Parts: sequence; structure tokens; C-alpha cells
Amino acid sequence: MEKKILTCIGCPMGCQLTVELDGEQIASISGYTCKRGKIYGEKEVTHPTRIVTTTVRVVHGTAQMVPVKTKEDVPKDKIFDCIRELKEVEIEAPVRAGEPVLKNVAGTGVDVIAVKSVEIQQMEHGIHSSRNL
Amino acid sequence: MYDVIIIGAGVCGCAVARELSRFQGKICVLERQEDVCCGTSKANSGIVHAGFDAVPGSMKAKMNLEGNLRMKELTEELDVLFEQNGSLVVCTEEEQRQGLEDLLERGRENGVQGLRILEREELRKMEPNLSERVAAALYAPTGGIVCPFGLTIALAENACRNGVEFRFNTEVQKIEKTGQGYRLETSKGVFETRTVVNAAGVYADLFHNMASGTKIHITPRKGEYQLLDRTAGKHVHCTVFALPGKYGKGVLVSPTVHGNLLLGPTAVDIEDREGTDTTREGLETVAAKSAETVKDLPYRQVITSFAGLRAHEDGDDFLLGEPEDAEGFFDCAGIESPGLTSAPAIGIYLAERIASRLGLDKNLEFEPRRKGILNPSDLDLEQRKELIRKEPAYGRILCRCEGISEGEILDAIRRPLGARSLDGIKRRTRAGMGRCQAGFCSPKVMELLVRECGTDWTELTKSGGDSWLISGRNKEGIQR
Amino acid sequence: MKQHAIVIIGGGPAGLAAAISAAEQGEKDILILERDRELGGILNQCIHNGFGLHTFQEELTGPEYAARYIEKVERMGIPYLTDTMVLDLSSEKVVTAVSPTEGIFQIQAQAVILAMGCRERPRGALNLPGYRPAGIYTAGTAQRLVNVEGRMPGREVVILGSGDIGLIMARRMTLEGAKVKVVAELMPYSGGLKRNIVQCLEDFGIPLKLSHTVVAIHGKERLTGVTLAQVDHDGRPVPRTEEEYSCDTLLLSVGLIPENELSKNAGVALSSATSGPVVDESFQTSVNGIFACGNVLHVHDLVDFVSEEAANAGRRAAEYVRETSGESSEKRMKCGESRKDLPESQAACEEWTAKMPEKEVSGILDILPGDGVRYTVPSVLHLAQMGETLKIRFRVRKEYKNSCVTVHAGDRQLFRRRKQIFVPGEMEEAVIRREDLNAALPADTITIRIEEV
Repeated sequence: MEKKILTCIGCPMGCQLTVELDGEQIASISGYTCKRGKIYGEKEVTHPTRIVTTTVRVVHGTAQMVPVKTKEDVPKDKIFDCIRELKEVEIEAPVRAGEPVLKNVAGTGVDVIAVKSVEIQQMEHGIHSSRNL
Repeated sequence: MYDVIIIGAGVCGCAVARELSRFQGKICVLERQEDVCCGTSKANSGIVHAGFDAVPGSMKAKMNLEGNLRMKELTEELDVLFEQNGSLVVCTEEEQRQGLEDLLERGRENGVQGLRILEREELRKMEPNLSERVAAALYAPTGGIVCPFGLTIALAENACRNGVEFRFNTEVQKIEKTGQGYRLETSKGVFETRTVVNAAGVYADLFHNMASGTKIHITPRKGEYQLLDRTAGKHVHCTVFALPGKYGKGVLVSPTVHGNLLLGPTAVDIEDREGTDTTREGLETVAAKSAETVKDLPYRQVITSFAGLRAHEDGDDFLLGEPEDAEGFFDCAGIESPGLTSAPAIGIYLAERIASRLGLDKNLEFEPRRKGILNPSDLDLEQRKELIRKEPAYGRILCRCEGISEGEILDAIRRPLGARSLDGIKRRTRAGMGRCQAGFCSPKVMELLVRECGTDWTELTKSGGDSWLISGRNKEGIQR
Repeated sequence: MKQHAIVIIGGGPAGLAAAISAAEQGEKDILILERDRELGGILNQCIHNGFGLHTFQEELTGPEYAARYIEKVERMGIPYLTDTMVLDLSSEKVVTAVSPTEGIFQIQAQAVILAMGCRERPRGALNLPGYRPAGIYTAGTAQRLVNVEGRMPGREVVILGSGDIGLIMARRMTLEGAKVKVVAELMPYSGGLKRNIVQCLEDFGIPLKLSHTVVAIHGKERLTGVTLAQVDHDGRPVPRTEEEYSCDTLLLSVGLIPENELSKNAGVALSSATSGPVVDESFQTSVNGIFACGNVLHVHDLVDFVSEEAANAGRRAAEYVRETSGESSEKRMKCGESRKDLPESQAACEEWTAKMPEKEVSGILDILPGDGVRYTVPSVLHLAQMGETLKIRFRVRKEYKNSCVTVHAGDRQLFRRRKQIFVPGEMEEAVIRREDLNAALPADTITIRIEEV
């Protein structure tokens, strides 16, 4: 029987949870102090997921980068697959917050969306307006 | 063929260069670092000593007094911050009183004006934060403070303006006597010159010993400092020294021209000529020693610590001029305290000797004045408004702690011998020198350097050499 | 000189929430001054998620959380200036500011809301001995470089300090291709959220070394490594526990300091416990008409609480403007009126207090941190200005398990709540009701303490 030890993230207690697995099935779970710990332990052991947040390059924008996130949770073991796919992504300004920058990332069925808008860089009036010093 | 090659762009090398530029000649300064003021000149107390310490008759005594007398005019010409705040040497026990009397006598012999001994009561009024143990003090009204970077950079800019060439990242490796003068092998090729000025700080003995059979020996003497935030800058008004000991003037407490409070230095002889690391013991010593002369020091306001190396020569005096067996090789060696104070006098002293040796004519176009980086906070509201209307960059504050605008940073990059590194910008403008220690402004300053100098982010440095700041773009380290 | 009813210094989460709330009170003459190129403050570089659970019951990234407020400010037409740095604030509420487009200008404000946020403690403040090579960054500076500029400050990283920014940056650096070798924490516990320890460190196998610190910095030009050592109860390194890590980058997450330089200029009394202004129930400082909220007041761990607190400050500032515009001016009481010994009080405050006959003003209570409590915000209560309830935020001094927080006025208990755990890293709150307090009067003080059971 496989035994997994994790830390509950429900509160600062950080209970040490011990989950015993019988194949895919949870045989026992112990160490939690409240119900939240049990729920967390069950999910974290059977199908842990995370939101992935990172940055993607923007061309011709008022910013170099646009922050992005997976619109929903993705399986934890897919985090680096998402990152590797996003390494190749570059988008043209303007970017609107909420707009997808990569669909179905790493075959998860989840889109990656921009979380901030980036405008087009106007060379004359933009941040470089003070060039002629 | 150069007339003069100066090794080292510290305060003395730059002072000699500036004074030499009063003459017509082909003059070049070789500096192994990426900027001026990267060695001893950047890490010292910034004190303009009155001149009561040095042994009467020594070069130190002469140069100190003359340098002190010239400092006001020079800093006005070169637009450098200087303040005659006065110095106090305090004694904390009655038995030390004789030490004060001896210093007073020595100072009078050296020609220092205005020295007098102050008693407890008068001292309390003058400096309420002196330690309760302070019994009496020697007061030197001619003591002062100067910005060591400001002075070095200004001398260099003025020399450059008057025709002196500066070559950075150029390390002298070998010096040989030739028929006409000297041949210098460097990391950037060979240079021929009629005369050499050896202003190489803690390395000056190496170069001297290449040129002369009379060997000298320099010991790097480490001094550690702590710098306090400007909120602590008015804790004392004068520069407060303890009575000097075997290793120099001891730990001082002084305001700086920028309004910070400086504590230090320690004095420890070391082997490593690059050993500018601070140590736990050193910083603890600074705190303990400074508390002996000044009370209630707000140590929580420390914003940075640093260490500098003084070039202590075994003979305990400045070595200025030619060794007997090396004509045309001018030492400017063993320049420890009061080196910063003495620099203006050393510059004149050596430049005159070199010019007369080479028979150089006067440079009739010499421009003695240099304008520093405009500080908008020196202007009144209307003038500042007008400045920003013309140059909007002066209205964008990048360094919030010191209130430094984009306009000032652009000026620091664009002027002659302009800054190319974060430390270069910091020494010229104070951006990044404040309480957050460049946390907020460094990304913005990096962006400006990239834009202005056309370099890549990965080429940016903190202070030249291998001090890179950025390793690359995001995700470059992610393997496919 | 220009005049405005309310000038808000800072357009981050605190300033934005304060502005919206003041506008919702009907105040039209508001101006937000923001030093960066856009509104949103530090949230713009906090691209991770986890913001807004309390406020919006959903998990947002920093930019998304900021956008909710920025869009509202835009929709309500609240005026703001970006790229504008406030240079000075006087006790008469004259604001001096500068921007590339407006030049240097002064505003006479009727009320000012301080919302300048905080800064990170730099290396220098730690007295970390060693060389000063490139490669030592505060976590926030690295965050800006990576998340905004898209540039990596290094490849191999050690992080000192396990506050949330340090933990978040461990994950960010890892996801952007760097190797984070270890996170060292001086204290025997982490100041960060459990969730961040799991999701930023454990997810990536990054070790967390508690009771450890950096004792040596290696490398003269660029960092080449650091030495970690275990520390004893007083934080002193234990000999022979040194361990060397090669790395080119050291990130520091060793504390945040409220940025109160402007507050000092205005003569605002500061608390030595929070490094922020001493405020009353209305978030008013010791200077009449100057309010404070957000990280400039005390460092928060959740932005949701910043927004809530700032909304209260904004509402109170709007009320202040309304009251002082009418005939009944000066009827409000400012913070510290009852206090005899403000430790860091400035000249203006002292003078004012000196003129007050002791105890003539009734209905003012000091809110005191009792056993186990490091500070409270607010620390003064004017009964006349208290609403139905009062929320007191505080931090505990150390970790307490299975304990109670209590609030007393005199002998009477106003609040009691048991919790499994209190940690210094998480801000706590206690709510007292006006009704209960009335029953406890007369009283001079309200004390909040942790009782171990």
C-alpha cells in the first residue's frame, strides 16, 4: 500500500496529512484537524491541479510582457508542459485582458488567457517622449 | 607616443590629469575598471582633513594643508559638493588630554589655522549627541566633507573636456624603460609614453617596482564603514574623531555632504588587494567604536555597509615624484588618508614637475570650470517648472528615495565619460544610494541604459567586468 | 494653488479603494496621484493568482484584481495623474508633486489619504557581511524584472526569507527557467502562507530551511555562492553548521517597511510597532484631515484587507470633508488627542496635545496591545465617531496554538474567539460592538490579548 504525506494548505496549522493509497483508491486518511483537511487530502492525492501563471512576450506593445494564466486548473504534472508550450508563444499588441493567447494548452483542454491589457506602442507619444533631451 | 600616461583613474590620477591639461600634451589615463573612481577613491570617509595629524615636514603634512586650502575654490570651479563643517577630535578620559595638546601643537606646526581646545560645556552646546564620556576636544574649523565620487568624476570630466584621453577596462601588465621613455603592455595593447604617473592605489608598489630598483611595499589596509539613512544625518554636525591610534585616525562619525551619517572605518592590514569584503567583526567594531564618542546612534537606520582599502606604504608617507633610478616615472604612491584632501595639491605638485621635465607649453584654451549634473531640487518652483517644460524627463522621478529624475540619469549617461553601469549612475546621481538601495529604481535605470547605449540587457553590469545583472530572457532556461 | 477636497497619494489597491469609496459617498473633488506609469501599484507585477477570495469570492491574479478597481475608477470618472511623484506634504495639507507633463505643482487639499505602500528591506539593512557583487536583489525587484521586463536576474538562485514574496518568486523563477536551490528562513517558522509553501516550494521540490541564514557572500563581481548556517534562539549563527551553496543570485525577502517619509514631513505621528501612522477608528492620523490606509499604515498579507480598510478610510475622509466644509468645522477629534505619551509624536502633535487639558475630552479610548499582541490598528477610538461595530486588526507576537483572542474594556469582556492557531504572519481581527462597549463604560482603554488555554 502506498503512503503519501502532505501538508494541508487550509490554514496556518499546516496539518501533516497521511494518505494511504490502495492503487487509485484512498484506503485511509489521517492527521487532519478539520473537514477541510480531509477534502484537501483526498483531492491532492487523487488528482492534484493548479492554476499556472506566467508571462508571454508581446511585440509592438507598451509592455514587453503580458501576464497570462490557465483559465482553469490544470493537472499538476502538466505545469512544465504548459510552460514549454508557452515558451514559443509571442503575441502582437494590442492584447485584451481575458483574451486567449494559447488554446488547449498541453492537451489539457484548458486555454491560457491574458490577465492584463497591453496597448500598441505609439512611438511618438509613448514612454519615450523625453528622448530629445 | 604619449607625453604622459597616468595609471589609475582614482582621485589622484584624475587630479594629475586635470592639472596636466593646463598644458599642451598628449595625455592618457589608463584605468583597469570600467569607470573612474572604482578603487580606494570610492570607499573612504569623504573627509577634508584640517591637517593636524601628519608628521610636520612630511609630504602628507604639506599636501594635506595645501589641499585643504585649495578645496573650496576647486569644488566651486568643478561644481562639487563641499562643506566646511569642522572637525572634532574628542578624548573620553582626562588622561588623554595630553594627546589633544600634542595634536594641537602638531597642527600649529603644520600651519593649520583656527585650532583650539574646547571644554565639555561648550562641546555639549555644539554637539549635544557627543558621548557623556567626552571630556574635551580639539576643534578644527577648517575640517570639511566632500563627495569623493563627485570630486573624482568632476576632475576626470574636466580633464577630458580639456583634451585628456581616458581608456577604461585597460589593465597595465608590464612596464619597461625604453630610449624615449616607457613601454606599457596592457590588456588592450601596447602604449609608448615619455612619462608615466603611477597612481595605481593599492597596486602602485607593483608598478613602481617594475620601473625602479629601489623597492617599495604597499599594504592594503581595510576600512569598513556603515552608512545611515538621511533621517540620521543631523545626529552630529562636525566630523567626530577619536584620538588617533597606531592604525590611523580611528573610527569617525560624520555627516556626509548628501546628508547621510557615516560611521567608520576600521583598520586591518590584509594581503588581498581586492579584499573589499565587510566582515561581521568589522561591522561590530564600527558600531562599538562609534558609540564611544557619540551617543544614541540610530543603528536601525543603517542602509548599507562597505569596505575600502587604503594604500599604506611601509615608509608611512606619500611617495610623490621620480625615484632616482627611473627618470620620467612619477610615483603617486602610498596615498592613504589624507589622500582625498591632498589630491588637489598632489595634482598640481606632480603636473608642474612633469610639465617642466617635458617642457610642455601652457594650454591657452584650458577651461577650469565644469558644470555638474543639474539637480532640480536646487531650483525654485518656477525654475523647476520651466526646466520640466523644456525637458519633461526632469519631471519623472525614477529614484524615489533620493528624488532623482530621469533627466539627471540621462545626463549622467550622455555627458563626457558618461556612466555605463548601475554603480556609475549611482555615483554620478545618487540614484540607488538611498534607503531602498536601488530596489525600485534599478529596473528603470537598466531600461534607460539599454535604450541610451544600445546595449543588450545581458551586457548591463553593476560595475563592469563580470558583474552582469541579467542572465537572459524569461524561459530561456526551459528545455524543450 | 490648485485646490481639491481629497488628494490620495498612491494609486495602488489602497488608493483606488479609498477613492472609489469616497466617490460613493458623493465626494466629487478627488485626485489620485500615482508615481508609476499606470494605476494598480505593486499588483501589476504580482501576476500569480490568489487575490480576491474575500472580496470577490474568486481567485484573481494581481493585474485582474487591480483592473476591477481601475475600471471602476474610470467608470466613475475619478480624476487621477500617473507618472506623478509627490515630493512633499505639509501639515497644512499642501501637496507638492511633479510629473513630466504637469511640471511641478502644489495642491491645497482639504483631506489627504496616505496610500503610498511599503518598500522592501534591502541587504544593507541586514548587515550581511561580505563583498557587494551583482546578483543580490530584493524579491520584489526580481519580480519586476521577470514579470514586467521579461528579464531573468540569474540562473541559480538562493532565497533568504520565506515571506510570501520570497515564496512566490521561488515558483516564478522556477517556471521561467531558473534553478532555485533553497529558501532559508531566519525564524523557526515561515512568515508565508501554508498554501504558498506547498504550491511554490513543495510542488517543485525546493527545500525550506528554517532557523537558517546567510552568513557569507561569495564572489567579487557577480555572486558565485552563499554560505548558510543554522541560527540559535537569538538569531546568532551556530558554529560548524555552515553549508555552502553555489548560486549566481540571492533574492531577499526579509521584510517590508511602510514608506512614511511624506507622513513625517507632514508631522504625522508614527507607531514604532508598525512603522506606520498612529490612527483612530476613522483611519485619521495625528494630523487633522490626514488619513492612512493600506501598507503605508501597516504591512498586510492579503490585499482584500487593504481594500476593505482603504474603503473605510475613503468614506471617513469624505465625511471629514463634508463636516469641515460646513459650519461645524473642527468638531471632529483627531487621533492622539487623548494620548499623553505618543512615543514618536511630532512637534505639531505634541503642541496640540499639550494645549488640551487632560481628560477634558471624554469618550476617547486607547486601544492597547496586551499579552501576545504586537500592535493594533486602530490604536485610538473616539466613541462619538464609532459605528455599530469596530474591527480591530492586529498581529500576534509568536505562534499560539489552541488559544483565545479577547478584547476587554476595563474588566468587561467585549469579544472572545478561540482559534486553533495564531501565527505572526497572518493578520488577525476582532470585532467589538458599540452596544457591548457602552455597557463597559466608563473606561479609558480597550485591551486586546491572547489567552492560552
